[in-house]
Amino acid sequence: MLKKPVSGRGKPCLEYARTTGRLDLPVHVPPAGSVTLLHRRPAELNAIPALKVGAAVKTGQRLALYGDAAGYVTVPVTGAIASLAPFEGDFGRRYTAVTITVDPQETFDEQFAAARSEVTLATASAFLAAAPGLPPLQEMGNADRPLKTLVVCGIDDDLLVFTQQHVLSARARDIEKGIHLLKEMAGFEDVVILTPREAVQGYGRIGGRVMGVATTYPHTLPELVMAEVFGRVVPAGRTCGDLGFCFMRAEAVASIGAAFDTGRIPVTKVLTVIAKDGVGRLVETTVGTPIGVVLTHFGIALEEGDRLVLGGPMRGTAAYSPGQPVQPDTDAVMVLDAARAADGSDYPCINCGDCVRVCPARIQVNLLVCYLEAGKYQDAEEAYDLLSCVECGLCSYVCVSKIPILQYITLAKYELTRTRQAEGTNA
Amino acid sequence: MPNQKKLIVSHAPFWHNGSRVTDRSRQVLLGAAPAALFGIYQFGAPALRVLALAMASAVLWEFAFTRVARRPASVGDGTAAVIGLLFGMLLPASAAWWVVVTGTFIAIVVGRQIYGGIGANPFNPVAVAVGILLLSWQRQMDFDIALVSFPFDFPALYPLSAVKAFGTQAIRHISMADLLLGRQIGGIGTTFGLGLIVGGAYLMLRGVIRWEISVSFLAGVAVTAFIFNLANPAKYATAGFHLLTGFTLIGAFFLATEDSSSPVNFFPMLIYGAVGGIITVLIRNIGAFPDGVVYAVLVINLIQPLLDKIRPKALGKVA
Repeated sequence: MLKKPVSGRGKPCLEYARTTGRLDLPVHVPPAGSVTLLHRRPAELNAIPALKVGAAVKTGQRLALYGDAAGYVTVPVTGAIASLAPFEGDFGRRYTAVTITVDPQETFDEQFAAARSEVTLATASAFLAAAPGLPPLQEMGNADRPLKTLVVCGIDDDLLVFTQQHVLSARARDIEKGIHLLKEMAGFEDVVILTPREAVQGYGRIGGRVMGVATTYPHTLPELVMAEVFGRVVPAGRTCGDLGFCFMRAEAVASIGAAFDTGRIPVTKVLTVIAKDGVGRLVETTVGTPIGVVLTHFGIALEEGDRLVLGGPMRGTAAYSPGQPVQPDTDAVMVLDAARAADGSDYPCINCGDCVRVCPARIQVNLLVCYLEAGKYQDAEEAYDLLSCVECGLCSYVCVSKIPILQYITLAKYELTRTRQAEGTNA
Repeated sequence: MPNQKKLIVSHAPFWHNGSRVTDRSRQVLLGAAPAALFGIYQFGAPALRVLALAMASAVLWEFAFTRVARRPASVGDGTAAVIGLLFGMLLPASAAWWVVVTGTFIAIVVGRQIYGGIGANPFNPVAVAVGILLLSWQRQMDFDIALVSFPFDFPALYPLSAVKAFGTQAIRHISMADLLLGRQIGGIGTTFGLGLIVGGAYLMLRGVIRWEISVSFLAGVAVTAFIFNLANPAKYATAGFHLLTGFTLIGAFFLATEDSSSPVNFFPMLIYGAVGGIITVLIRNIGAFPDGVVYAVLVINLIQPLLDKIRPKALGKVA
């Protein structure tokens, strides 16, 4: 937990972690015995998976258990399916956890190798949408919503995390190829590489305009990058994609470059493992490796009451057990000591205004939170700018009364989407 | 998994900057301490009696009310103690015990708890209490009468009453240095201008109070008093005099800045403070009371919800 400086005025200055001078390569952690993949489940309750327990799978194989409707996962190892179990994600998202036992004898699936001669968006989205970094390939190629600018994020969106910074500096060649391919496949007119402001030199040759971003939280969040770097404001309730901008992790671009180059879909994910002392280490591990295996590798012990966070301290999500796997978009894993973690309270708002001053979206948080506490989500959206929120969490971070403001906001947004969907279906 | 350690699952963010309501209360008590301690030094044991009784009774009223209303105990956050101290600082050192206890009842129960407790009061509880007492027991609250038996080594005239009754000639003997160093009579914690300025500056630096409110309040007082003084120097005192006497400083730093009843946006804070300063001088110079700070604070508390409608356009709002 960070304390305010003696002169408590002004906004908290939270610097992003930087890789400068951190030339060490990620530690490779092998999966221990089995990996688990989270496959989206379709809405039908009794959907039957296409594969049964015991079926053999190969490295790089595309696994679409429920047909094309629910997407697919890429098998990162060779082995056999050991179990298929339901898994409940945040906001009611339903998954099937596919556990695969690892066979030391690795054989590669050759379907992509055969298909890659055809460099098209269809090939890429049929094989690479679940690659490490989770490239948003399915959003591309939509004539109604053309994406003109590709934004390669060589920065991370949370504190203490330096995964994407590392990938940008260590895998420049793959990214260069990836950018080239994406331009060809999806017709991007402009490519921008985002780096920390002090590190803009050295990436010009990769094939895009390099632009620096302020290195204090939360300036790397897409909506703020749009406003501060590109001078384009995303209207509340819309996305960067609606303005033709496609934000992609550097790692996702590298995955595409490497896949087309070698004919093999990358199956390892780079992530920052943050121990209880706040020190981050880079790790490269097979997608699907249980977090517990990575932690054990570094001798990080979990105690009763600790928090295990997927992602960073400001925007991550807490995991229920160390058995939860590293997913293609898990940029960080953080272990937080029970004594140092923030806990909410039911204390009322005292109207100190700290949240209002800290909000990068200029939301009247003190009034918004009154509406959210009362469950008046629609009023909150119409009168108090609920949808302008970029979900940086600084309001909760500074709240004197420790009101879980960000939790209220995400809940409100979720409830609004849910009721709108219900309205669309039923009305 | 039976022998697995249980993790806690909570929502982001997982960090907090460590600020607490109790800390804020402690800071305000610290900021008010120089002026309060000087008051005890100047007025002696009676002042200590009033301050101690005010703080203790405020805390007891808070405790009693939360017990009766079955609300969670909120004495520990220190805000009741802050209200008690600030209320005591506005009283004359000779205030009777029943004035103090009634005043803290009004402040805690009528001024705050019946609205829902901390953060819910539309008016500053201290201003509500002093405002009602000024209307109810004028003689108890009249500093010239209340402090008549206290020995001072300077003319014991309440400067604001003197200037109201006799014009600026009556306050010729009072210098700025006298006002800054507490050589004037008034409320226990309101005479030591320098102490209040130091305490207020400390709170502004720590970010506990919002500097925009204090500064614009003082600016409002200064500009309005300056214009009056310009129009009729024989009748109306100078800006400096108005800044350093009566409840101006304690009002600017401790009353107008109370969290719940003040705005949080930049321009609203400036308007809020400035209006408070202007009304203060209007009441002093052409109104019915020698000092207008508490009523000015109540009036600006009233317009606060309207003022906070003036706010910057949120990110992504086109219309």
